[in-house]
Amino acid sequence: MQSLSATDLNAVAARHPHLLTPSFWSRFRIPVILTSGILYLAFCSWLFSVPQVMSSANWNIAGSYLADWVSYEERPTIAIRDDATMKVEFSRFDPIGPNPNPDWLQAKRETITRTITTPAPATAAGAAASTFSFMAPAPSSATATATAATTETVSEEVVTHAVVQMNPEATIEVAPPGVTVTRSGETLAISLGRDSVQASGPLPSWATQRAPGEKIVVAFGFSGWAEVRSDAVIVHKRYLGWPGFLFDIDSPYFGKPLSEVLTLIRSDERLDPAQSNLSLAINNILYNPSWQHLDVWTKLFQTIVMAFVGTLFASIIAFPLSFIAARNITLNRPVNQLTKRFFDFLRSVDMLIWALFFTRAFGPGPLAGISAIFFTDTGTLGKLYSEALENIDDKQREGIKSVGAPPLAVQRFGVLPQVLPVFASQALYFWESNTRSATIIGAVGAGGIGLKLWEAMRTNTNWKNVAYMVILILIVVFIFDAISNALRSRLIGKRNH
Amino acid sequence: MQTSPTHAPLGERGAQIEAHWQVLARGRRRYTILSLAVLFVALTGSLWFANDSNSGKFIDRLPHLFDFVEMLVPRDGMEIWRALFDLPSPYFDGSLQYDYPDGRYYITQSLYIPEYFYKMAETLNIALASTIIGFFFGSILSFLAARNMMKNVWIRGPVRRFMEILRAFPEIVLAGFFLAILSLGPIPAMIAVSIHTIGALGKLFFEVIENADMRPDEGLKAAGASWIERVWFAMVPQVMPNFVSYFLLRLEINVRASTIIGAVGGGGIGEQLRLSITRGHEAKTLAIVFLLLMTIIAVDQLSAWLRRKLVGDQAFRPVV
Repeated sequence: MQSLSATDLNAVAARHPHLLTPSFWSRFRIPVILTSGILYLAFCSWLFSVPQVMSSANWNIAGSYLADWVSYEERPTIAIRDDATMKVEFSRFDPIGPNPNPDWLQAKRETITRTITTPAPATAAGAAASTFSFMAPAPSSATATATAATTETVSEEVVTHAVVQMNPEATIEVAPPGVTVTRSGETLAISLGRDSVQASGPLPSWATQRAPGEKIVVAFGFSGWAEVRSDAVIVHKRYLGWPGFLFDIDSPYFGKPLSEVLTLIRSDERLDPAQSNLSLAINNILYNPSWQHLDVWTKLFQTIVMAFVGTLFASIIAFPLSFIAARNITLNRPVNQLTKRFFDFLRSVDMLIWALFFTRAFGPGPLAGISAIFFTDTGTLGKLYSEALENIDDKQREGIKSVGAPPLAVQRFGVLPQVLPVFASQALYFWESNTRSATIIGAVGAGGIGLKLWEAMRTNTNWKNVAYMVILILIVVFIFDAISNALRSRLIGKRNH
Repeated sequence: MQTSPTHAPLGERGAQIEAHWQVLARGRRRYTILSLAVLFVALTGSLWFANDSNSGKFIDRLPHLFDFVEMLVPRDGMEIWRALFDLPSPYFDGSLQYDYPDGRYYITQSLYIPEYFYKMAETLNIALASTIIGFFFGSILSFLAARNMMKNVWIRGPVRRFMEILRAFPEIVLAGFFLAILSLGPIPAMIAVSIHTIGALGKLFFEVIENADMRPDEGLKAAGASWIERVWFAMVPQVMPNFVSYFLLRLEINVRASTIIGAVGGGGIGEQLRLSITRGHEAKTLAIVFLLLMTIIAVDQLSAWLRRKLVGDQAFRPVV
């Protein structure tokens, strides 16, 4: 090997400067592309006013929505009446039922004799909304109520002192006219006035009050939060899990451990005389009102069916059309071009547009979804199939032709064995990816789980149902992914994907 | 199938082979028939189920299929252009159907962007921005997920699972969740499409990296280069053409995806299309469909041309 001396090297370099100095573009392309990308993103953030939207977004809500995916709240209301007696109420919709006695809420119950002012029937409708304010009417409405109301004296069980254990380190002690909140050693004493709430010192970081006298909100992280008002303490205690996933509160099996449920199902004594315990249990699970298992599964199955039928029909129709579109099979350029442009048209009119059209034509439901997937994928598969046909090895075809086979036999034995695995593999790939896209077009009314998912999200309270459906969708997608991968690697060998 | 016309008697070995062949052929035929039967039963069942759970029945609705096409015929051909360019309509009666000039976005006193062009640009911007974001994060993750660049299975495995979840997570749920927090607008759509793109591009990218030539990497390793230097000087120059090709492919897909997400509440042209179809505004619908069709074809052609320039015909090998 001959090496150049430094002078020779410089002489050569001087003679061909363009070879040794890289062009401006190749030297600066990375910073240029990077800068233009960043500038473009800055432009987009200005166009969509990202900073404003981000700063005005309610990130606390985001946290509680996310927590709602995997947890639920029990919400007792401790109503405080004017005579310092209290009443603990659980909402009818509370996940642990209307009349529980949880051990985290210790209430001292006493039977005392007290005077109740019952509003007259005429004002009863208005009174229903807030029972307590009428017993301590505001001065302005005092005369009106006093004349219309009847007074009676009853003896009943009331709560005089309640302690809520939010977590091992946090408690709320309600003893009217005061509330004491303790969290990890810090204590906040709150005194309740007639219409105002006052903290007896500076608020710790976990308590907030919008304006002096208004309600105080105390937060306990994941364990929940509570609202201290002048007439009630509303507790939100958060638990991990999905309440009533199998049996809703209306079910006779609600809240029973699994072993007891199994014993009940096996026993001959019927809970419901009309049906056996087993069918009652199955019925209660399938028609669970808050989880709607049967409906969710039916909708999910619709999505799967939409993808399956749509892709299958698309590949059946695209198969013969692709032979017409392939240049080397149909030797007629105008016909090739026409078929290819037809594929382009089907593909480019988006799945969304087809979905909206067919939803109008067939009404909401899986037929619209099937048609949308069918139309779009006939275009896509037709394009891919005709490209595969144009790339085949011609030797097999020529061999078959040379022994005088008719044209159909040439295709059957010369072309089909080469392309069929590829065709099937592509159809499988689209089947799998359509299972995913069928979810989205469902949301515009084309059937399947999409719409149900969208409705559950719009209410902003059903995030646990959303989580349930997402998990089901993920399971289905992963299973189909595995099936389609396994079938495809058997069809075309492991190397190709 | 015909056998050869002259049946020469087979020897003992020949008969054995013939019998064996017969068994194999019969088994194969049985499998084919069986799988076709299963497919047929599944198809019939699926169709029955789909028809049964649809709100309109296929046979009942079929004669009305073209009613809708009739409803799409505008009052005159020029209406489509008026709707497209926001020109005043002679049929204007105060209703939403003919209020084309109301949607104009004025730049100066007299110069304006027609509404649908503006919305289309919004959708394109959503698609482009989220593809760029997806490209950036996807390429970072892909180097951590590729077997040849990341030997540590405890990093590679979780990164791959993470990308799988990003890819399989329904976009509509992401859009809906961010819609609940950020209120209406294009940003929820952008976040949803970006997250999906990170997963999808990440997978394609790490497959490219795993197929890359390892010799430059070995050279750099021998010279004592760090991991980042190996990625930057050995891998990036090799894989960049393919990365950019996949970026363009994803851009095509994202234009469609952001249109769809727009239709379910993410703004842009998708929302306009859904509104005009459900309200039965024929000229507006046709104008939007026309604009969308032209845009998608233009984006597809542009990206196909660029990809062919970048990586040649290899870019058009089907992703299987």
